[in-house]
Amino acid sequence: MLLATIFESGLSMEYYLILSSILFVIGVVGVLVRKNAIIVLMCIELMLNAVNLLLVAFSTYFGKADAQIFVFFIMVVAAAEATVGLSILVLIYRNARSVDISIFNKLKG
Amino acid sequence: MDIVTVAYILGGLTLGSALMVILSTHPVRSVLYLIVTFFMISANYILLNAQFIAIVNIIVYAGAIMVLFLFVLMMLNLSKETEPKSSIFMKIAAAIAGGGLLTVFISAIKKASLMDPSTVVNADQGLVKNLGKVLFTDYVLPFEISSVLFIAAMVGAVLLAKRDKQIIE
Repeated sequence: MLLATIFESGLSMEYYLILSSILFVIGVVGVLVRKNAIIVLMCIELMLNAVNLLLVAFSTYFGKADAQIFVFFIMVVAAAEATVGLSILVLIYRNARSVDISIFNKLKG
Repeated sequence: MDIVTVAYILGGLTLGSALMVILSTHPVRSVLYLIVTFFMISANYILLNAQFIAIVNIIVYAGAIMVLFLFVLMMLNLSKETEPKSSIFMKIAAAIAGGGLLTVFISAIKKASLMDPSTVVNADQGLVKNLGKVLFTDYVLPFEISSVLFIAAMVGAVLLAKRDKQIIE
């Protein structure tokens, strides 16, 4: 099976670079603008996915499979991170009865 | 339809659903839009000949992680009324910061000169056979260590979510 990659059909690498940049920036703006801690965690997942998309695009562009293994490991770490993050969030909700991140300012000097 | 047009439409849908994640005020709606975003990203992976990653993305992200998020959201019983609002000043500041970051990214991309793409077309590289070979030869040590990471995350999550009373008992 010898399929042509999408880059041989005339799509440039810049398209995927810009697409994942915009996706990453959407994640950053989400972290900055939202106050719900769960949504903030979701926006971090969005940023991780933007990086994953860029890694897969480069993997296809250069014809090397190593980047896809890295994407696999990023998914592993993201799953572990989401589990621990959400359990910390449940703990915080149990104590403060809220997931509003602006009330967690005890460390503020 | 041309495959390049398909790629552009998919990119637009990905960005649109990602924007809806941060724009929708209802938290459950945000989670559902994020699931749509993950499906769109999976479609992008298939377009890029990364079939294994596409399936794993659906199973792990849309299947496992987002269900976890939805469960926590329903357990905490969050709704539109309890959703904390951020001030208009904060929104403007975030938009300016994001726009600045995007400008930096795009100007860096425009300045960068990409190397030539691979001339060796290997459309099978994203299949399980090829990826499994790479994973279990070159990357077998990180693969095994990631299982330790999972054990640590699992124990940590259980320990954190347990009530203090139960730990003493």
